[in-house]
Amino acid sequence: MDIRHDASIHEPATTPHGPWPEDSLARVPYWVYQDQDNYAREMQRIFEGATWNFVCLEADIPNKGDYRTNSVGGMPVIVVRDADGSVNCFENRCAHRGALIAFDDAGNVQNNFKCIYHAWSYDLAGNLKGIAFERGINGTGGMSKDFNRQTHSPRKLRTTTLCGLVFVTLSPDTPPIEDYLGSDILGRVRRVLNRPIRIMGRFSQPLPNNWKLYVENVKDTYHASLLHLFFATFRITRLTQAGGVLVSPDGAHHASYTIGNTDVAGTEAFREKDLRTERDDYKLADPSLLDPVVEFGDDIQLQILSIFPGLILQQIHNCLAVRQVVPKGIDRMELLWTYFGFADDTPEMNKRRLKQQNLVGPAGFVSMEDGCVGGFVQRGIASAGDKISVVEMGGRGAESQATRATESSVRGFWKAYRRYMGF
Amino acid sequence: MDVARLVELNAAYARAIDNEQFEQWPELFHDPCLYKLTTAENVAKGLEAGIMYADSRAMLQDRVSALRKANIYERHRYRHIVGLPTVLGEASGTADVETPFLIVRIMRDGAMDVFATGCYRDKILATGTGALRFSERIVVCDGGRFDTLVAIPF
Repeated sequence: MDIRHDASIHEPATTPHGPWPEDSLARVPYWVYQDQDNYAREMQRIFEGATWNFVCLEADIPNKGDYRTNSVGGMPVIVVRDADGSVNCFENRCAHRGALIAFDDAGNVQNNFKCIYHAWSYDLAGNLKGIAFERGINGTGGMSKDFNRQTHSPRKLRTTTLCGLVFVTLSPDTPPIEDYLGSDILGRVRRVLNRPIRIMGRFSQPLPNNWKLYVENVKDTYHASLLHLFFATFRITRLTQAGGVLVSPDGAHHASYTIGNTDVAGTEAFREKDLRTERDDYKLADPSLLDPVVEFGDDIQLQILSIFPGLILQQIHNCLAVRQVVPKGIDRMELLWTYFGFADDTPEMNKRRLKQQNLVGPAGFVSMEDGCVGGFVQRGIASAGDKISVVEMGGRGAESQATRATESSVRGFWKAYRRYMGF
Repeated sequence: MDVARLVELNAAYARAIDNEQFEQWPELFHDPCLYKLTTAENVAKGLEAGIMYADSRAMLQDRVSALRKANIYERHRYRHIVGLPTVLGEASGTADVETPFLIVRIMRDGAMDVFATGCYRDKILATGTGALRFSERIVVCDGGRFDTLVAIPF
């Protein structure tokens, strides 16, 4: 069932900076990328609010006691596999003095975590289980007799899994993940993650921009063929290829896609505009870099899917990855890449994926520019906090469209953002 | 294998990249070959992916073509400081060599930052004419964070 979150929200839109410009999804004020108080409000109302935050893949923590540390907005968390196979998540903050309970990226604890500071220990569900010298030494010192361990634990987050993705939420109000995503986006997640995966590599890419600029970039189907020459020239995708964008009813999530080699009259459209991205003379010396095979039983070559607020699931031919957006302040973020394949990949398929992984990541032939363009915006708007950007390709709404020459899914982001933020 | 010749090979490698004579870079490899840019953590965990991956000299040339003609990024260059190579072993003419490196990135605006450190894990053998070339160069970065983007090979 799709949920429409937007029915009840629309009171007059006000923000700490006055009304939202034109009360329109097609206008975005630049202060949202600059304002420190607004950033704090985002951490609280979005990441710690009624959203599902990606924290890891189930394949990251296959065995009991396997854990990874991560962040939900600004909150450090531990996600761990429990004895019964379920996944738990709790704040990575000792109930005693607030130190990190786990300070590595990942590892395995048998049955409990122990804070190194004063050796307080926690079970795999985050319950406080042990206090060093709780009864003191030789009858002196120790905790008060009425100290109740049960009421002193780090905050626990609800967890859910979907096709091997692990999400967590701090809010009791977040709907089940299936309803949160809506049927269209849910179907597109299941399309890719249809069997057990295997992790192929992890890389991190710190970016010099506000986290929203990257999320908008991912949702912006308009820029792909214009900014990324590699993409266009090799017909991986361009606007004139068949495709479109699905936007969830609440605007929050999207999936853009490109269909097969159905380019029609595209070259002419590009030539007329004299666009930089049209260069017929550029050919690969080793075409085996791009030797894709159909593996999802359809002719969708490329699918970029975002789950609000900070997960991207990417299928570019046979190059598969999840990317997590981690905010690091008003003008910094980190993008965490996990490349994956499937557990049943043949050696040939493995090699194919290794080669196609050249397309993405920090050094990606088609994703490299996304690393710097957010920073160009962040720097460009330095003195324009009271000015607004225009997001009007394809209209002013945020509905699914059968074209990628649109900013519909970017407007969807702002529709969801304003609802969560109360703007 | 003579360490002085390995030093010369590494010097030629660093010079080609730092002087932006990128077209010379693929010429320092055999064909086929393996070039991969990855991290110590991925290597330790047995994870095979790289952010750059090439198994032919032509694929290295495609990297150069892309950075010359296709990719857009803010102007910058590198300064490699390459340490002394250690020969870990040698069999049928191929030497296993490990060499530490440090790369400073010089941005358009003049900022000079340590961009990466790590070690090259190489398989090196001579061509028919005696010149040393890489049959394999795995760039193992000490850290896993790549600031903004990586256009130029390490």
